[in-house]
Amino acid sequence: MAVRLRVDPIRCDGFGHCAELAPELIALDEWGYPILTPEPLDATGRSLASTVIAQCPRKALFLETLERSEHLSRARR
Amino acid sequence: MIDTARLLAGTAHATRADLDTHESLHGPLTLPDRRSTDAWTASVLHEIELAGLTGRGGGSFPTARKLATAPRSRRANHLVINVMEGEPASQKDSVLACFAPHLILDGADVLARLVRASSVTIAVPRDNPAASQSLSDALIERARRGTSEVHMAVELLPNRYAGGEETGLVHWLEGGPAMPTFRATKPGRLEIRGRANIVDNAETAASVALIARHGGAWFTSAGASGAGGTKLVTISGSVAEAGVFEVTLGTRLSDVIALARPTSTISAVLLGGYGGTFVPPAALDAPYSAEGLKPFGSGVGAGVVLVLGAECCGIAETARLARWMANESAGQCGPCAFGLPALADDLEALSEARADRHAVSRLRERLGTIMGRGACGHPDGVVRMIASSLNVFEHDLELHASGARCHSATRPTVLALPRQEGSIAWR
Repeated sequence: MAVRLRVDPIRCDGFGHCAELAPELIALDEWGYPILTPEPLDATGRSLASTVIAQCPRKALFLETLERSEHLSRARR
Repeated sequence: MIDTARLLAGTAHATRADLDTHESLHGPLTLPDRRSTDAWTASVLHEIELAGLTGRGGGSFPTARKLATAPRSRRANHLVINVMEGEPASQKDSVLACFAPHLILDGADVLARLVRASSVTIAVPRDNPAASQSLSDALIERARRGTSEVHMAVELLPNRYAGGEETGLVHWLEGGPAMPTFRATKPGRLEIRGRANIVDNAETAASVALIARHGGAWFTSAGASGAGGTKLVTISGSVAEAGVFEVTLGTRLSDVIALARPTSTISAVLLGGYGGTFVPPAALDAPYSAEGLKPFGSGVGAGVVLVLGAECCGIAETARLARWMANESAGQCGPCAFGLPALADDLEALSEARADRHAVSRLRERLGTIMGRGACGHPDGVVRMIASSLNVFEHDLELHASGARCHSATRPTVLALPRQEGSIAWR
């Protein structure tokens, strides 16, 4: 099953640890809030994601399982 | 005939329809007895689908599809009828509540049956005593008659733009502040203490009340084929007779606007709501419907039609809108709490011809960064509104960016921008 990294934007307080730990997956906007890769994660991405999920001081990050159709429509975009 | 009175039947002289008047206007509403509910539900859902009814609160989601997803658990569901109308430029739900309250409540009865709800909350803004009084009186009239079969209660909520957003509404009903909450999947389930909630807009309910009586074919007979019946619109801005009108979907946009008698040459129209889309004069010939407005990246939304005449400065009005919407943010999500004020700052600087030379590119870039990053749709709506404004007013934008003085920018606004108190009441 394809998975994607997501953030609960209400929980997130912009600590920015995630972008430091996984710049491959996460950039920060000018206010310090994460911009996540919209792409489904490969094996490396998944292990990196599990680290940042565990390290987030606000526990704001999580993995979302993509429905097959949703996955395809995102890929097309 | 484009000004068709169906939802607004009998309200021409601004008189409230009590239960007797209501029934003489629309005929009595008959619900089946409990044993034949299933067959009746299937047939009414089918009629709603035939009618092509879409959510009238702004979401425009097909109502039949939404109703069909109501959970079938052992616990009865709860229904919320949303009369919050957080859009300052919209008055249609308030007009319905004040003049045709029984149409909304009939709809609530039908919807409660359709989604297996045993109780209904009618959510009304605290600062609209006329609407809540009318609905409360209507509930009393119905109780005397013994017509309502489910428990219905009017609840008064703080009136915030984002408070009428359905997660905010449910959050408040659960005992929290009227702030949006985060749902990982949309549309997700909305629950209050373990009971599923279905939220429907007041005009949607009123439309359902008519469809349950007369059927889907009747509903669409008013409009262009397939466009989906009648819709309440609130026309304001550069017009002589601002107000709420009932129009058949598919009517030419210019004919819709003509109802409110525009006072000058139209330079743009904001459609949907404050989180809607500006369309250029070219759209005036388009049919006012989801299909007709799609080529302009726009839609009917909550039925707001805000007319900007040639005397208005589009950039200044956009800056005012952006600032107001930024102040309405619940401040829960960083991209919205920081991003919207940043957008408003640049727009204000542009409107006052004091922007630095990067203002326009910075604006465009930030629009892209903010989109889709809030828990609710508030920031997305603001981004959409500003992006459409920068398109429609491209020429004015260039002039403003070059520092040219704009005499229109200091004109009084044509927008309805309710005063925002220093401390925001979310409770």
